Amino acid sequence: MSLVPSDINTNAVQTPALSVRNLTVSLPDGMERKFAVEDISFDLMAGQILCIIGESGSGKSVTANAIMGLLPRVIRISHGAITLDGVDLVSTAQTTLRGMRGRVVSMIFQDPLSALNPLMTVGAQVTEVMMAHDIGTPNSRRDRAIELLNEVGLPDPKLMYHQYPFRLSGGQRQRVMIAMALALEPKILIADEPTTALDVTTQAQILQLIRDIQRRKGMSVMFITHDFGVVAEIADSVVVMEKGHIVEQGSADAVLNAPTHPYTKRLIAAVPQLTGKDRDLTQPDESAPILKVRSLVKTYASGSKLLGKRREVRAVQDVSFELARGRTLGVVGESGSGKSSLGRLLVKLMESDAGQILFEGNDIAGLPEKAFRSFRSQIQMIFQDPFASLNPRSTIGHILTVGPVAHGMNPARARDEARALLKHVGLDERAYDRYPHEFSGGQRQRVGIARALMFKPRLLVADEAVSALDVSIQAQILKLLDQIQRETGVSMIFITHDLRVASQICDEIAVMQYGRIVESGPPSQIFLNPQSDYTRELVAAIPGKRADIHNMMPTH
Amino acid sequence: MLGFLLNRLWQSAVLLVIVSIIGFVVLNLIPGGPLSQFALDPGMTQADIDRIAAQMGLDRPIVVQYFDWAWKLLQGDWGHSFRDGAPVLDVIWRHLFATLLLMGSSTVIAIALGTWIGIRGATHRYSTFDYVATVGAMVALSIPTFWFGLVGIYVFALKLGWVPAGNMYTIGDQSVLNYLHHLILPSFVLALVNIAIWSRYMRSATLDVINQDFVNTARAKGVTERRVLMKHVVGNALLPMITLAGMQLPSILSGALVTETVFTWPGMGRLFLDSLGYSDYPVVMGLLMFSAILVLAGNLIADIVVAVVDPRIRLG
Repeated sequence: MSLVPSDINTNAVQTPALSVRNLTVSLPDGMERKFAVEDISFDLMAGQILCIIGESGSGKSVTANAIMGLLPRVIRISHGAITLDGVDLVSTAQTTLRGMRGRVVSMIFQDPLSALNPLMTVGAQVTEVMMAHDIGTPNSRRDRAIELLNEVGLPDPKLMYHQYPFRLSGGQRQRVMIAMALALEPKILIADEPTTALDVTTQAQILQLIRDIQRRKGMSVMFITHDFGVVAEIADSVVVMEKGHIVEQGSADAVLNAPTHPYTKRLIAAVPQLTGKDRDLTQPDESAPILKVRSLVKTYASGSKLLGKRREVRAVQDVSFELARGRTLGVVGESGSGKSSLGRLLVKLMESDAGQILFEGNDIAGLPEKAFRSFRSQIQMIFQDPFASLNPRSTIGHILTVGPVAHGMNPARARDEARALLKHVGLDERAYDRYPHEFSGGQRQRVGIARALMFKPRLLVADEAVSALDVSIQAQILKLLDQIQRETGVSMIFITHDLRVASQICDEIAVMQYGRIVESGPPSQIFLNPQSDYTRELVAAIPGKRADIHNMMPTH
Repeated sequence: MLGFLLNRLWQSAVLLVIVSIIGFVVLNLIPGGPLSQFALDPGMTQADIDRIAAQMGLDRPIVVQYFDWAWKLLQGDWGHSFRDGAPVLDVIWRHLFATLLLMGSSTVIAIALGTWIGIRGATHRYSTFDYVATVGAMVALSIPTFWFGLVGIYVFALKLGWVPAGNMYTIGDQSVLNYLHHLILPSFVLALVNIAIWSRYMRSATLDVINQDFVNTARAKGVTERRVLMKHVVGNALLPMITLAGMQLPSILSGALVTETVFTWPGMGRLFLDSLGYSDYPVVMGLLMFSAILVLAGNLIADIVVAVVDPRIRLG
């Protein structure tokens, strides 16, 4: 399946900094597949950025860890060669590999929140790289670390040196990781989804930083991602992986503009497109809005009242909006903007401090739990994490029916409706008797949607409902939600951090920052003619927008 | 930090009062009481017994007795033993050294061995070592301490003759070596259960940390495997163990109760049993308060240590 890498290398000046040949990594017995990656070959050219793109389970992270010599003990390289500087890493002793890690090849990881040791200062972690390779004296290491912190754009590097990671934001921590990776000026930087856990504006900054540093130092970067937007932003060449195989590789231009393999085509087509077009729903609904929110406020307080030293976080400040019947309102914002708090207030998983939530004209904001119970079935929520939101010890059938039965539905009827709904959301009826662990993420999210629909709700609150899913699955779930809305006329609040996703499914979009709605309007306004500075900044940060891969693609 | 400390001290004081009330009431509910020993004496008339009761203040209502005792305690007067009239604090003091010696050595053994077994079990998960350690811990937890004590005495003292069967020292020989010789068997027996508990917790704490991203980061930096383990893994895995250590401290005291009896160790455990037998209320109450303070102090110290070690708590 793999193409011969020399095909893409028309420029004779380029030499590979790293070559992978016929690499096969086997998984332990009893796993889904026999091989994590099978017979893959590619070259990372000197001074280039190579993106490896694939969905979860494609083997892209295993490839990176194989190069670093960081595979877990049970996963073994069974065949192939990884050549760096004329040395085959596969047959090299562990001690030699250790001597190369951090010095010749560095790596940065996906989740900056857990990638730094919480008990060590930033400075100690940066200098540890130099210490591990016996380079410099304590003083020279410290100077170098401060220089590096400065280089990756961290404010006040001297102070930063003594900070513990918990004081830093996600973006700052990722900068520290990059500083650490650059400390010994490695030839090759491997970045494993380094921006996936970051907000869109932070992501744009980190991508820029990696791009800048790569150019300045002439480093070769292997960048692993699942996001074609990111690929369009920084890649020189691309390797597309599916289920452990390379299905396509070539220059970024070629792969993005003229994909040849059907899987690549499908992946690119599934990338949520930023549309400036508004949604066309027939018959504008003139009746009263289903939901009116007036000056909603939620403040989190921490610390003790008795001893002073109270800290307050204003999660939701004076938020007002209306939602028309059968329509979808998107609530977008970065982490900490208060969008999830707002969602939890609306379904009363949490009590608001002030303001009104008028659902069908009834103010539910101050309603005690007992009085609110009759509304519960009408307002349902779809959660973000399809793995954590389903009880692993309950059958799908039980998960679907337990709520409605508690609300007085006849068990036999509940069972029939559950089976019908499972079919409706695209699952097999037999799923009814199975357990959540037997399903994939996308299937579980379908179960989550079916569970919410069991109540025949009039309002659905979806909190990052597609964020944990691969793009191709994401597209299917979005389609399903759209179809359900058209059929049942349910109104929806769609909370997301991804503007591209919001642009696809929402009639109206409210942009939140620091607990306030800074702008709201139809997608055409938000994306084509944003009124506030913050919205403009957000839209500008969307990866792949500049390249606009959909316009470059041939029609399909 | 200061606010946190004041808060905890206040909570501890309230807890101590509650413990003392429950202890006092329960003790007085036990049938018999300190005067029952005179009841069988044919030379004693009821009038004599009443007179003694009045002298000792035992004829007053229990509430009055409690406040009298508590008020004196606050002034530093822990009362006098019914048995020999010695001040309670002196009695406890005399037995404290023996118990601290036993507890201290068994704690050191338990933490050192438990930590090592736990880490090794986690890094060599599902190895023979791990299985043996798991089964061993189960056995140690399911069999009572006194049985291990008796078997230990039978095998190591009677059959092999390596260690003495009981007591803290040989009369006439109070050298450090002699103390240590007597200490080996009881402290290992006392440590056994705690090694089992500690190693299990340490194993799971290590497993929690070993798969975290920052451990991989350290490896990716080229840090040696040894330093990855000692600095990054163990450092973080020990954090939750500090709290556990604070909670284990008092359980060692209760374990000592049995162990001291089996090994005729002249510590507080023996004192407690003897005092209960004699209905020596002031000493029993004194010991109760003493161990309650130990429990609270153990937890408080653990919390403080965690706060000092963990920057997220110290600075957050």
